[in-house]
Amino acid sequence: MRDFDYFRPATISDAVAAAAEPGSAYLAGGTNLLDLMKGGITSPERIVDISRLPELNRIETLDDGGLRIGALVRNADLAHDPAFAKAYPAVAEALLSGASAQLRNAATVGGNLLQRTRCSYFYDTASACNRRQPGSGCSALGGENRLHAILGWSDACIATHPSDFCVPLVALDAVVEIEGKEGRRHVTLEEFHRLPGDTPQRETVLQPGELIVAVRLPAQAASFASHARYLKVRERTSYAFAVVSAAAALVVDRGKIRGARLALGGVAAKPWRARSAEAVLLGADADEASFVRAADAALADASPSGDNAFKIELARRIVVRALTSALAGTPAVMPALPASPFSSLPGVRHDA
Amino acid sequence: MTSKTTIPVHLDINGRHHTLELEPRVTLLDALRDRLGLTGTKKGCDHGQCGACTVHVDGERVLACLTLAAQAEGRTITTIEGLAREGELHPVQAAFLEQDAFQCGYCTPGQIMSAVACIREGHAGSDEEIREYMAGNLCRCGAYPHIVAAVRQAALEVAS
Repeated sequence: MRDFDYFRPATISDAVAAAAEPGSAYLAGGTNLLDLMKGGITSPERIVDISRLPELNRIETLDDGGLRIGALVRNADLAHDPAFAKAYPAVAEALLSGASAQLRNAATVGGNLLQRTRCSYFYDTASACNRRQPGSGCSALGGENRLHAILGWSDACIATHPSDFCVPLVALDAVVEIEGKEGRRHVTLEEFHRLPGDTPQRETVLQPGELIVAVRLPAQAASFASHARYLKVRERTSYAFAVVSAAAALVVDRGKIRGARLALGGVAAKPWRARSAEAVLLGADADEASFVRAADAALADASPSGDNAFKIELARRIVVRALTSALAGTPAVMPALPASPFSSLPGVRHDA
Repeated sequence: MTSKTTIPVHLDINGRHHTLELEPRVTLLDALRDRLGLTGTKKGCDHGQCGACTVHVDGERVLACLTLAAQAEGRTITTIEGLAREGELHPVQAAFLEQDAFQCGYCTPGQIMSAVACIREGHAGSDEEIREYMAGNLCRCGAYPHIVAAVRQAALEVAS
């Protein structure tokens, strides 16, 4: 790891002022940044350690019934907050399906949004990677790419965003609160991450030096609490990134779908909100036929970026399974294996 | 506090206070092992994937390889060396011995630190839950069945 200047600001404005200098990076949990620095993938000259800014560590209910989660709230603390898990069960389940207990004790809300892709060519500085070094090419195209993107990719980059947490968040209309030199602004999580296009190095809409201070969930997000699931297929039972994942949330009234939210993970460079599928579901019968039509709509624009055509059919099935699980009802207790299709839960058909 | 050479870092480890002059890039893991001689905390992958470097910071398990020593300043740190009390093994250490829960032993300090926290968190209620909440600790020898047995035994002893 290259050495750096270390600065620990006392306030948000001190942090933003310090990070305005080129070559600066914010440090929160460090679970991704320090790993990237060890590998020489990124080498900031100045670390602004924000991990002790107290005002970023709170979970607050807003006057309009929404929730404001400080950017430094740790993944474990959020997932195990009983009131949060009750109101937003799919978000809690997604958090607990990610990483390990040790990493969840360090990783933060803001850092989760900003984690980098786990594409192995991005991590290998001997490989070409337009995301790491613009214009150098993409070794993943034509390389080992069975886990790469099937939606929204370009010839410049076929990497995926690895977050679980972001998947239900984007489905529930989460908003990112950002502080910069010009003041505070709000961006929907759906708009926060960018698709690669010709500039995969620009991963989010953050301007240099801007700081995520909170993530907000609107009041309506809690209306799905009784029918919300996150499902995640991994290559091993636990402690692995998603091959494909889905967050599904429903409002059902007398057999009809009155509210529907769906997002996919592991399929694109951003958490993928499936709005066309939601349109299919709205007003439809709450049954498997509707879920299959929704899955077809969600994957209508999918195409393999390499040896990963299997992920398209896998994603369809996970969408149907997640919607079926959501319809069956949010389990009263968190499954022992959160988000796993192999967790036994009453009411969930294993052949769905 | 800005410097590219060294910074003073105050660390509270196993009840003892240490002041070190460190480059900011020094991880808690390297500070423990290379500066303080506390080599019980192991360096496995050094990338947050194996769990061998698990320690407790303010009572919670984290990975020392992905924590800067400067981030741990002023926090209470416990390593495997600080677990036994007055020569008495911690119940989790004793359970690992009784259940033969290791072969080469390299992952064991991390397994034990993780298990102590796992039990304290209330995540050792069933074998399935133990496996899930111990998933961040890899054992290349594959001693997993005995590790689960040890955590289960220790959880019962701690509860009684």
